Amino acid sequence: MSDQILSTTPKAAHTRRLPQVNPVYFILAALIVAIILNNPAFAEPAGYMNFLKRAAPLAILAAGQLYVIVSGGFDLSVGSLITLVVVGSSMLLNNDPNATWWVIPVMFGIGLAVGLINGLVVCYLKVPSLIATLGMMITLNGFAFMWSGGAPRGYLPDSFRYFGRVNIMDVPLIRMLPVALIVLITVGFVLNWLMHRTNLGRMIHAIGDNPRAAQLAGVPVNRVRIIAFVVSSLSAVVTGILLGGFAGVSTDVGTGYELQAITAAVLGGAQLLGGRGSVPAAIAGALTLTAIFTLLNFLSLPQPVRQVVQGLILIVAVALAMYRRKRTGQ
Amino acid sequence: MKKFLSHALAASMVLAASSATIAQNFNDPEEYARQLEQLSMAPNGPEGKPWVQYLVDKMADTAKYAKEGPHTVCFSNAGVNNPWRVVGFTNMTQEVALHPEIGKFVHVDAEGSDDKQIADIADLLASGNCDILIVSPNTTAALTPAVEAACKKLPVIVFDRGVQTDCPVTFIHPVGGYGFGIQGAQFIADNVKPGANVLMLRILPGVDVLETRYSAGRRILDNAGLNIVGAEFTDGDNAKTKSIVEDYLQRGSIDAVWMDAGATAVAAVEAFEDGGHDIPVFVGEDQQDFLQKWRALDMKAIAPTYPTYQWRTPIIAAVRILKGEAVPGPEWVLPQPAITQETLDTYINDKMPPLHYAMCGCQDMPNYPVAWGGVK
Repeated sequence: MSDQILSTTPKAAHTRRLPQVNPVYFILAALIVAIILNNPAFAEPAGYMNFLKRAAPLAILAAGQLYVIVSGGFDLSVGSLITLVVVGSSMLLNNDPNATWWVIPVMFGIGLAVGLINGLVVCYLKVPSLIATLGMMITLNGFAFMWSGGAPRGYLPDSFRYFGRVNIMDVPLIRMLPVALIVLITVGFVLNWLMHRTNLGRMIHAIGDNPRAAQLAGVPVNRVRIIAFVVSSLSAVVTGILLGGFAGVSTDVGTGYELQAITAAVLGGAQLLGGRGSVPAAIAGALTLTAIFTLLNFLSLPQPVRQVVQGLILIVAVALAMYRRKRTGQ
Repeated sequence: MKKFLSHALAASMVLAASSATIAQNFNDPEEYARQLEQLSMAPNGPEGKPWVQYLVDKMADTAKYAKEGPHTVCFSNAGVNNPWRVVGFTNMTQEVALHPEIGKFVHVDAEGSDDKQIADIADLLASGNCDILIVSPNTTAALTPAVEAACKKLPVIVFDRGVQTDCPVTFIHPVGGYGFGIQGAQFIADNVKPGANVLMLRILPGVDVLETRYSAGRRILDNAGLNIVGAEFTDGDNAKTKSIVEDYLQRGSIDAVWMDAGATAVAAVEAFEDGGHDIPVFVGEDQQDFLQKWRALDMKAIAPTYPTYQWRTPIIAAVRILKGEAVPGPEWVLPQPAITQETLDTYINDKMPPLHYAMCGCQDMPNYPVAWGGVK
């Protein structure tokens, strides 16, 4: 039966099936297989759980960044916000493990304020988001530098580092479960629901696709755009808490993360300048970026070769994502 | 994976500078032998004050520079762009405060740019206010002509990185990169069995002071018959360092870790800790966080140093030169001690920030520890 169907409409079946699975999942699967072939220990819980723990901060950041991208903007301020969160937390905590409970809300407060300012500047001062968030990035870097004096001034106590560092051991089946992975799953679920199951998500898509049409259709464009920036900033705060937890304080911890988050979202098929994107695919894009790094570690290539390979894989992966979009005509 | 941009930038800079780097040799057997010898030399000068000690007993006559005070000391700084330089520059400003002869201390920060530093030096010369110029060059070759021009007008002191001219009154520096590499690698060779697995962690390729550390370390580890499982670049990034070590641990055991700088040493130690592995023999540096980790986990470790006390020396030299007193020259080679298990406790101070460089020679200065970011 199925043979017959295939033989009569091979082309239609082909084009109909392609768009159903985002190519980023194939790329990710291929990379994971390559890693396991190189290093069978990766298939053990200690291997893949460490990988997921390491990828969690970027995955959350990419999911948050996706909100701004789909709404038609960029958020370049997230990297320096991460730095500010890590440096600021270490200053406020001042080695006191009991301060964690109030320092984390303060950081979310800072994130909320940064997102609001980004959104307000873009909406009401009409500054393009690329420039508005670039300005914010430089400003926040300045704040972090002023606060710390250029070198870390304090440690992060274990109570703060719990989220990014600790693995819950002796879990049945998987043996270990990083707390960072629980955070990723929770945040990923919430962001996915908001984006793909609510009116807010539809409105974000609408203003990214065609802001004028969205406005005429009654979408509160400014409010939705500001919310997108706030979501991105809050995700950067979560990322900062996880990264500080994973590896401790340094004054350039967030450097480069804004571009990685955008890259991850694009790998997941998000359309720069808005209107299209998926939260799970952006997370898969982040896992892909981390997998490239891990694979190259295992291959132990010399550094220059590694950079070339890393760049090429990245271009090929994004080209694949774009090819798929052309095929689907969206 | 982090910092795509900086990678691309670094790659293009390496390409652009390849003509210059070919001329530089980061694995010079003569320089290696000289530094190896200097590591064990007994220093000249007052006991317990390594920042005024010197290894090479040759003095520069400075009588012609004698001048009435108060003096204006000008300093062209490559940058205050990493914790090492933050600590160093604090040492320097605190040293200035100890000398009433210095009427004015002018500091210009080149923010890590050769062009800006060349312009800074020209501006300082044009102002005509400087009695003496201290230069900490951003890069060696690019700053040489600017330093030569300055030498024609006033006495010049160069420190940290050098320049390719002997016109400065003196060039102040500790033993050097080879010495740093030797101290760490020799400790590993002495404390593991032949054939043991060693992981080498480096910050960036192509930086002279780091390349020499690596070539010296590699030479000793190879000669000792150790198995170098990898030499990886960390970008000085904690998260990346920890990830790299975790990946290596998945592939096999590691008996020793050699590092060319210690800012990310604690992240590397944590990778062993969190994975439930024994902590191997470790080479770190004199950062407080590493020293404290070392003691807390009772590790077998060593901390070679690139002492930040060398930032005090140029000020002391400047004052002496303007008095017409002889100073060690044309090179003032400072001792470069490593912190070992025996001396560990004397350098630990948990009131200091994590990346405070303990070999600062600043413990007895009046504003210690507050000026360095510590708490009383």
